[in-house]
Amino acid sequence: MESSSQPRSAGPAPRAQHPSLLVIMPAFNEARRIREVVGAVRGQVDADLLVVDDGSHDATAAEARAAGAIVASHPANLGYGAAVQTGYRYALRHGYEAVLQLDADGQHDPASIPGLLTALADADVVVGSRFLDRGSYRPPLARRLGMALFGAVASALAGQRITDPTSGFQAISRAALGFYAHERYPVDFPDADVLAMVARSGLRLAEVPVRMLASPDGKSMHSGLLKPLYYIFRMTLALALVPLRRESR
Amino acid sequence: MTPTQRAFAMVASTATLLVILELVRRRKLKEEYSWLWILTTVGMVVLSFWYGLIERLSALIGAVTPTTTLFIFALLFLLAIAIHVTTVISRLTQQLRRLTQEVAILGAELQVGRAPLDDPPRAEGGTPRRPSASPKDSPDPAP
Repeated sequence: MESSSQPRSAGPAPRAQHPSLLVIMPAFNEARRIREVVGAVRGQVDADLLVVDDGSHDATAAEARAAGAIVASHPANLGYGAAVQTGYRYALRHGYEAVLQLDADGQHDPASIPGLLTALADADVVVGSRFLDRGSYRPPLARRLGMALFGAVASALAGQRITDPTSGFQAISRAALGFYAHERYPVDFPDADVLAMVARSGLRLAEVPVRMLASPDGKSMHSGLLKPLYYIFRMTLALALVPLRRESR
Repeated sequence: MTPTQRAFAMVASTATLLVILELVRRRKLKEEYSWLWILTTVGMVVLSFWYGLIERLSALIGAVTPTTTLFIFALLFLLAIAIHVTTVISRLTQQLRRLTQEVAILGAELQVGRAPLDDPPRAEGGTPRRPSASPKDSPDPAP
């Protein structure tokens, strides 16, 4: 395990050993927080940790390396979906059996990791849902309505209930990694449509409660005036296309 | 269509065709992206020189004057080219994403000093590979 290069300061905390698990953290301009978040994740799970730096302008890559993570840096900013996909491709290339992905900004509470990994025993994609957890932060009403709407459509397409379609807190089996590493995976917003495709392709999809916190500085990839409108258009189109396409695994 | 209009159409379409051919000759425009332009400009040249054809076309599509026909076809061709260009951009985006990801992965591999399990980078979705006992392979000098 690569963690040999990292000082074992975590003390005697009971950490689960996962030699064939890769933790993927997509990061964009997170230099201020990444070290702390990587440390918190390592306190929960003993596995290789890959930070995908999506063309950050700050010292995200250096900070992540200093925290003991493996770092894959995009020379230019491609988008969230492309960043996690870089992680999937890395995982496939190096024979990892499973992937755990969470955001680098600290919104995803590492304490929820064991629940995701446990659920992976009976599923190929485990989505961490903030709405199944009482203590989680609730997004603003407008965004919650949008999520509920797209979640309902995705649920109908998937044939099972999806409560948190935009969650990037997921555990993914090797079988699903192949599906995710394909060109079909969207570079910008891989959420409701991807989950619908996953379920329709015969992969087993499950949701477990996770704790999510509000972003410390309130920024989101869905903030601004035009971005939400574009997101609505993009997701409507993507969902409409799901039943029209046949995805092979 | 007045003689002036005809003359202008002839000159403009011929000049455009020549510019396109010159760009291709100087390799400023790749052959594989020039075919739609050449098709378009040749079409415009034929239409502006062959008055009988443009009259028949006008009657066919219900246009009142041949000038309209010329404009409509020019517009349709431009539309086709614009669509073609966006498909090309989409393909380039796809390739660029792949390339960027590959560079990032190579950088990560360099950091941890290990080569991929198999050589082909397009291994995703293929046959499941046997996991190594520990993902940390000794940096082997094998191909």
